[in-house]
Amino acid sequence: MILRINGEEKDVVKCDTLLELINTKRLKAERIVVEHNHKIVLKEHWHEVSLNEKDNIEIVSFVGGG
Amino acid sequence: MEDILKIADKIIHNRLLIGTGKFPDKSLVRKVLEASQAEIVTVALRRVDADSADENILDYIPESCIVMINTSGARDADEAIRIARLGQAFGCGNWIKIEVISDNKYLLPDNTETLKATEVLVKEGFTVLPYMSPDLSMAKRLVDAGAGAVMPLGSPIGSNRGLKTEELVRIMVSEIEIPVIVDAGIGWPSEAAACMELGCAAVLVNTAIATADDPVATAEAFSLAVRAGRTAYLNSGIAVNESANSSSPLTGFLRNIK
Repeated sequence: MILRINGEEKDVVKCDTLLELINTKRLKAERIVVEHNHKIVLKEHWHEVSLNEKDNIEIVSFVGGG
Repeated sequence: MEDILKIADKIIHNRLLIGTGKFPDKSLVRKVLEASQAEIVTVALRRVDADSADENILDYIPESCIVMINTSGARDADEAIRIARLGQAFGCGNWIKIEVISDNKYLLPDNTETLKATEVLVKEGFTVLPYMSPDLSMAKRLVDAGAGAVMPLGSPIGSNRGLKTEELVRIMVSEIEIPVIVDAGIGWPSEAAACMELGCAAVLVNTAIATADDPVATAEAFSLAVRAGRTAYLNSGIAVNESANSSSPLTGFLRNIK
């Protein structure tokens, strides 16, 4: 399926939920924050968010900064 | 009486704030924070690169520190607000350094957008520390908006040029009742001490420590300088004179002075 992840269109293995996508990408839940179509989704709710073609996903994490 | 800094409802003992960008090796961050005993530490949020997602700066920050998320990368108030909300969702507190920059050469803050973001985020319960160009009327507006402190720049970010904005910062210190923290441009410990001597509440340093030959020793030097400057501010009260004023008796050693 096609998803827009962090600003880039990506062809990814079909995922029914946000949780599946995160697991596919092998990201550690405790290290990231996720937006689905511009809405922040806390990790407790990832399994409830179903994904559709062309959905917009942002995945962010902390880095060093001043 | 113990000299403490209060921002929002937090009591801070160490007036050196440290930024975690540009360290050649992340493990240095922990050593620097331990050596300096800094209590407030800034971090940034970025899109995850799936290949480097395992490295997280938070792993190197002691739990006792207040983690302040900066909104670097934001070009307007809406982007800063979005970054702040993402940071809050992570669950490491609600301290936010508003940094709205639309100029890529000097990285100077956009005070108007900064004020807009501050107004919104304070209402949402964030403790907001805006990075700003030193300007008294804007600082007053930020106080009215509920900022926890104001953070005027000393000189452009990462320039190590020192406190070039001294006169404007001095006016802010004299007129603003919330803490004034110099953020950006401080290159040497003596410059951090100078900020404290003129009455700033704290100093935020990143580049000068992170890019030093020995970041840990340099962080210690900054920590000492900030303490020295603060102690002098509280206790010295010296007068500056045009002419000399002898420190030794002038009664004459071999002959009398007329």
